[in-house]
Amino acid sequence: MQFFGGSEISPSPPAPAAPGNNGHMMYVFNRNGVCLLYREWNRPLRTLDAQQDHKLMFGLLFSLKSLTAKMDPTSAAEKGNLGMPQLPGQGCSFHSFRTNTYKLNFMESPSGIKIILVTHPRTGDLRESLKRIYNLYVDYVVKNPLYTPGSPIRCELFNTTLDQYVRGIA
Amino acid sequence: MAAIYSLYIINKSGGLIYYKDYGSAGRMDTNDSLRVASLWHSMHAISQQLSPVLGCFGIELLQADTFDLHCFQSLTGTKFFVVCEPGAQHMENLLKFVYELYTDYVLKNPFYEMEMPIRCELFDMNLTQAVQKDRVAFLGR
Repeated sequence: MQFFGGSEISPSPPAPAAPGNNGHMMYVFNRNGVCLLYREWNRPLRTLDAQQDHKLMFGLLFSLKSLTAKMDPTSAAEKGNLGMPQLPGQGCSFHSFRTNTYKLNFMESPSGIKIILVTHPRTGDLRESLKRIYNLYVDYVVKNPLYTPGSPIRCELFNTTLDQYVRGIA
Repeated sequence: MAAIYSLYIINKSGGLIYYKDYGSAGRMDTNDSLRVASLWHSMHAISQQLSPVLGCFGIELLQADTFDLHCFQSLTGTKFFVVCEPGAQHMENLLKFVYELYTDYVLKNPFYEMEMPIRCELFDMNLTQAVQKDRVAFLGR
């Protein structure tokens, strides 16, 4: 079977040459949708300003989660209407999606902290890595006595450790 | 057979034109499938906006806790997506095969109106065959 003369419909960027610079960006949201942290390592394309971008990202995750909760083909339980508000950990969630240009890895903690890491589409399963990042967040941010929960993260130590860690995995 | 839970085809404006369930628990009713389909259409579009690099064509694979969703968008904007067990292989090939069936049995049907729900017996038959005989593995030629 040949499609379109064998040419690829949606070409993806070249395979990562070496690990170290395949992380594109990272978001941390709290459960109210406030963007606590945004880090960017490699983002040539920016279509929106920062605030709109964060809103759009949170909206995408929120809707994708209600989509997966409604779609869940393994549970016969009544799932309610599409878009019904759900507590963190309730209903079927998702852990990543892939397009031809990037892969988005997603984790939600029981307290509703959402960690999003965007990487090259060919990176593998990063679920464990996101848990490690969550641990970093707990160690460097939550345990920081000067940090007020719910406010944007401004901890230099967290940023440097994070940069280092992401360089190591993606 | 158990590998695939359901199959959707949505037209270029997000309307559901075909939905087939292959035995998922807690089957969705018509309204829900329509809503899910149009929600997927918008999420697909938003994912293109959020791309960090140029040339993004939307979500190809969504990995949820209990299922995988593979999506294929044709050049004209019709989207085909299949909900299957996590880690199911060769779904891209299946989707392309479904696309082939769609062009052969739906688009070439003179009674079919573009962008309208698909009601073509031959398409149904061939699709059922393609999925049920579990030809998925063989299509990975």
